[in-house]
Amino acid sequence: MANLPILLDYWPSMFGMRARVALREKGVEFEYREEDFSNKSPLLLQSNPIHKKIPVLVHNGKPVCESLNVVQYVDEAWPEKNPFFPSDPYGRAQARFWADFVDKKFTDAQFKVWGKKGEEQEAGKNEFIEAVKILESELGDKPYFGGDSFGYVDISLITFSSWFQAYEKFGNFSIESESPKLIAWAKRCMEKESVSKSLPDSEKIVAYAAEYRKNNL
Amino acid sequence: MAEEVILLDFWPSMFGMRTRIALEEKNVKFDYREQDLWNKSPILLEMNPVHKKIPVLIHNGKPVCESLIQMEYIDEVWPSKTPLLPSDPYQRAQAKFWGDFIDKKVYGSARLIWGAKGEEHEAGKKEFIEILKTLESELGDKTYFGGETFGYVDIALIGFYSWFEAYEKFGNFSIEAECPKLIAWAKRCVKRESVAKSLPGSEKITKFVPELKEKLGIE
Repeated sequence: MANLPILLDYWPSMFGMRARVALREKGVEFEYREEDFSNKSPLLLQSNPIHKKIPVLVHNGKPVCESLNVVQYVDEAWPEKNPFFPSDPYGRAQARFWADFVDKKFTDAQFKVWGKKGEEQEAGKNEFIEAVKILESELGDKPYFGGDSFGYVDISLITFSSWFQAYEKFGNFSIESESPKLIAWAKRCMEKESVSKSLPDSEKIVAYAAEYRKNNL
Repeated sequence: MAEEVILLDFWPSMFGMRTRIALEEKNVKFDYREQDLWNKSPILLEMNPVHKKIPVLIHNGKPVCESLIQMEYIDEVWPSKTPLLPSDPYQRAQAKFWGDFIDKKVYGSARLIWGAKGEEHEAGKKEFIEILKTLESELGDKTYFGGETFGYVDIALIGFYSWFEAYEKFGNFSIEAECPKLIAWAKRCVKRESVAKSLPGSEKITKFVPELKEKLGIE
């Protein structure tokens, strides 16, 4: 099949970043297409008519939506290299649980930290710190959430690290003092080319968040 | 090796129903343990310390939480009978997309039908109908969401059918009038033993709603 997979994405999206990391982990060449939300492309609207959101991976003309779905699909479509999951069903279920935790608890909390102010932001900060501590406890002394190898949970969470500086600046706290192990883990992950190539600079994210706050708060 | 399978559950939960159905589909014997969500048991708090929710599947002492994750786990551990998920990566992604859609959209809007009043209730009702129509459109003329075989998406959704009578009563509308194909699909599903065994009667759910509202502190 001659055509490259296409990734419909948006540069600051930590969800889009997951798809980028996943594809690069597998050594898959892909065409990255930046979406403009004020002017969504026909391909996006056609590929994700239900949610109209990024990321969308279009592979062999067929769309896969929702970032964790995309990561799982990439693992299954290119199974030979760097498997994202352990082979035992229990380990796999645990990995899914933790990625789901990131989506359910971490996502909302982190948005309140950078995207809100006042009481809402304070509440978000508390939820965020709680979630971070739970994740740190789950990581324990392992190099990665997946154990010795970088895997599904690592991919689901590492993309938020590009936003850490923004959380700290707008939330006025230090993530490292709350969770040094998580920061160490993030630095370890950033040494991987698949990660460092897929995450934008923290300063760019801070500027992006500042602009959002200026326009919305 | 003797398998020990325990399910911590709550009888009206459409999420718990998913796991019950999946286990029944695989003919797995399990110990069903009813939980009191307003007085959570030590085993629930120990096995799901993060969310403290049901259902929790405990297999040989190890917990698996979150109903969709449990379905996938059950499919992998007991692969010999009817697979719940297709083997093709693209079709699996599609099934998971719809499972995620159901999780994100159905419960929230449905809850406003029985749990809210006035504008919120009306908005919930409207959204719920729209969501069901989207699902009905995805079903199309297929026998089941997965095609010819009953599977993951069917199981993800069918538990809500036991609540339809309650939604209709509190929402004052007919789901069949809005989504006849979906009702036909549901009736097909409840003919399966795994589903019939796992869903409580609609009347029981409808009677339970006022009690639930009281427990939740909703008027």
